[in-house]
Amino acid sequence: MSPTANPTAPSQAGASALGIQCTQLCKTYPGAKAPALQDVNLTVQPNEFIVFVGASGCGKSTLLRTIAGLEAFDQGTLTVGGQPVTGPGLDRAMVFQHYSLYPWLTVQENIKFCRQLQAHTAERTSADVEDAAGRADALLRLMGLTHVAKAYPSELSGGMQQRVAIARALMSRPPVLLMDEPFGALDAQTREVMHDLIQHVHRLERTTIVFVTHDVDEAIYLGDRVVLMAPRPGRIDSVHTVPLPEHRTQDMKLAPEFLRLKRQLLDRIRDTSGMKTDLDLLAQLSRSAADVASGATPL
Amino acid sequence: MSPSPSSSPRPSRRSWLAIRQGIPSGLYWGLAACGLALPLVVWLLAAEGHADPVFLPSPARVAERVHLWWDDGLMGDVGISTMRVVVGWAVSALFALPLGLMIGTWRPVQALLEPLTDFIRYMPAVAFIPLVMVWVGIDEAAKVAIIFIGTFFQMVLMVAEDVRRVPMAQIEAAQTMGATPMEVVEKVIVPSAKPALLDTLRVTMGWAWTYLVVAELVAANSGLGYAILKAQRFLQTDKIFAGILMIGLIGLLIDQLMRLAHRKAFPWLHARH
Repeated sequence: MSPTANPTAPSQAGASALGIQCTQLCKTYPGAKAPALQDVNLTVQPNEFIVFVGASGCGKSTLLRTIAGLEAFDQGTLTVGGQPVTGPGLDRAMVFQHYSLYPWLTVQENIKFCRQLQAHTAERTSADVEDAAGRADALLRLMGLTHVAKAYPSELSGGMQQRVAIARALMSRPPVLLMDEPFGALDAQTREVMHDLIQHVHRLERTTIVFVTHDVDEAIYLGDRVVLMAPRPGRIDSVHTVPLPEHRTQDMKLAPEFLRLKRQLLDRIRDTSGMKTDLDLLAQLSRSAADVASGATPL
Repeated sequence: MSPSPSSSPRPSRRSWLAIRQGIPSGLYWGLAACGLALPLVVWLLAAEGHADPVFLPSPARVAERVHLWWDDGLMGDVGISTMRVVVGWAVSALFALPLGLMIGTWRPVQALLEPLTDFIRYMPAVAFIPLVMVWVGIDEAAKVAIIFIGTFFQMVLMVAEDVRRVPMAQIEAAQTMGATPMEVVEKVIVPSAKPALLDTLRVTMGWAWTYLVVAELVAANSGLGYAILKAQRFLQTDKIFAGILMIGLIGLLIDQLMRLAHRKAFPWLHARH
């Protein structure tokens, strides 16, 4: 590999992005009343950025973890790049919401962690070894972590920890990157920065990204397509193509197409969430507010 | 109500008795010194009041006894007792660490071994003395065996618990990087559990010390426990006091050394956030 080549670009020997295919996927947890996943049919194109969104209990995390191979499924088929999924593997790297970094390793050591695993040393050549050091440095630069490379995760803020987690997942150039509400625990400003960062990463790295969130704004901003899921039973309600240009900027969050899709998704989530008690409460509150305003009932 | 112009507003301070309220370090160490000195003072006064040295020897008598003992092989007793406890504890650790690791990692192993361990744990080590004398004999191995029985079963369960506390996200992260189960155990579970394991070793060392006297019931002719038992027979209460205090001091010393080792071994845990 020539020294002038971009170290973050995929090597000729590495895998490029893979697609995911679910057919009639079903999963029920033992003792549960409703299936966690029911008849899920989905095709994810290679190099796509697809987002699963929905209220809690809709199965979005379950579906992600099933694709990761961390959960088994009862019926249907699931393939990644044409190969059936039988368990976790280095082709599907995952970023968790928290507590996944190794506190006894520095940032740099965390990022390089996969290099000590058999799965990665199996076909190592001297070129790969050189490549590894360059790749780790490139990822540190990409994620803005060069100045904390020797720090421990406990010394970093939540946003920086997630950047380390993403860098660590990307180290092996996975064809599929799975992200389970990675920015859920971060504050709004940090989340905005992470959105643009993950977009940048997606452009540079050739990887399929499957992203789970409960935040509709985030889903529309990041995704090429948004898969809206509904609970009880966990199922895909609808799939929406995001009508925005590929390169997203923060001002698009106020564009009419954005707001229209957002309204559509929120309405659908509310309709399918089965949260009757919450809606009844809202109706009751607005009635009593009207009573107080008209002077009929004191508060 | 307006403040009087002559007085400046006093900064408000939460009462030191408020729950979890911090106190100045001077106050803490002052109170700690009192906490240690007070029993000593009570002991001194009580011993003055009670003339009978058999019932309650004065601190002066105990100190004198230690001095006599020093010339009479105290260090030898300390050495042999320390050896017995440390070896018993080390043999426990040798088996408890791998066993606890397996119990904490694989549910089938847990199902097989944990209920049994839970049950044996409640059996008193003292009651095993005659059995140990029959099975192992009456030499050093017998004393070590008693300490082992007292320590091992608790240790296994604590190790299993420490291993179970490793966050699942850490394990799953390694799995999604292509780690095999043995790699997960070796490169994630063990390093992650190490601080808790060292703490478990420190705590169980403390328990092992409490079994010293029981262990030296088995035909011992040296050691701190033996000295206490012999003193008991001759009603040398001052020597009993001296022996108990020595055991306590050694235990405290080892505990502090292990705490220091913990701080040195895990800089990442004690790093400032």
